[in-house]
Amino acid sequence: MFRKWINLAVILFSLSAASVLAQEPLVFDTPEMEARYQQLTLELRCLVCQNQNLADSDAELAHDLREEIYGMMVAGQSNEQIKTFLVERYGDFVLYRPEMKGNTMALWLLPGVLLGIGAIALFFTVRNRNRKLAAQKQEGSS
Amino acid sequence: MIGRLVPVILFLALGLLLAVGLKIADHKTEIPSPLIGKKMPEFTLPVLGQEDTMVSSEDLVGAPFLLNIWASWCPTCRYEHPVITELAKSGAVRVIGLNYRDEAGDAQQWLRRFGDPYEFSLADVSGRTGIDFGVYAAPESFLVDAEGNVVFKQIGAMTNEVIEQEILPRIRQ
Repeated sequence: MFRKWINLAVILFSLSAASVLAQEPLVFDTPEMEARYQQLTLELRCLVCQNQNLADSDAELAHDLREEIYGMMVAGQSNEQIKTFLVERYGDFVLYRPEMKGNTMALWLLPGVLLGIGAIALFFTVRNRNRKLAAQKQEGSS
Repeated sequence: MIGRLVPVILFLALGLLLAVGLKIADHKTEIPSPLIGKKMPEFTLPVLGQEDTMVSSEDLVGAPFLLNIWASWCPTCRYEHPVITELAKSGAVRVIGLNYRDEAGDAQQWLRRFGDPYEFSLADVSGRTGIDFGVYAAPESFLVDAEGNVVFKQIGAMTNEVIEQEILPRIRQ
């Protein structure tokens, strides 16, 4: 039993070690700027390995794009400007959190709609079952 | 009665969703380019092999051309090379290369070995122009019309089907 837990701990540790950010050493003027950079690269998708963000990816393009983002930040550009720069070139896909607009509406609303349908279905199923049970009880008692 | 139909309808809806998913599965790593219908990005790049000659995006306006993104390190570029070569030979459209994130020596050796179909190749050593074009993997090809607008993007290897169905009709327009 104890051994099992140790194995699990080892596996979890190696998994967390593997996700250490794949980044080059960069110099930031302030800790705030560094935090902003980390946040931005976490929210942007690597185009080469499409289920990774820019912060984690070791692809050469991801490296280039991180450099580009760093350069734009040093030049005083806002997060919005940097995201617009990337969306103009690579499309909404580059954003892990796409903006709410016409063509991304389904993406944002569908989960809620599906959850709603599920809730309604659950409500009716439970109500019907309660009624059936109540009817059976009445039959049994009469 | 309607209550009994609900699971059937849900099942059909789910089936439809999965069928659509399967249908687009082959293309789901292809990201539609936001550049289509827009002016091509501005650039000024040296010509591969003639590093003193600079070519800018403005120089290329006037006749439609296919900008083929290639590199010596890219195996699929070699795979599509005969198709690109044939298109260039046919004279249907100007074919210009963009040598992407490559070493000049390697690139020139690659052209000597497999043939050089390009009118010329632009050397984008840093990959910066590639970023402006939204390049995320080589090979990619952009069809630019006579006014300098991007009208079509092929992600991955160029094929004769794509030339027939996508490239040639857009040139004839």
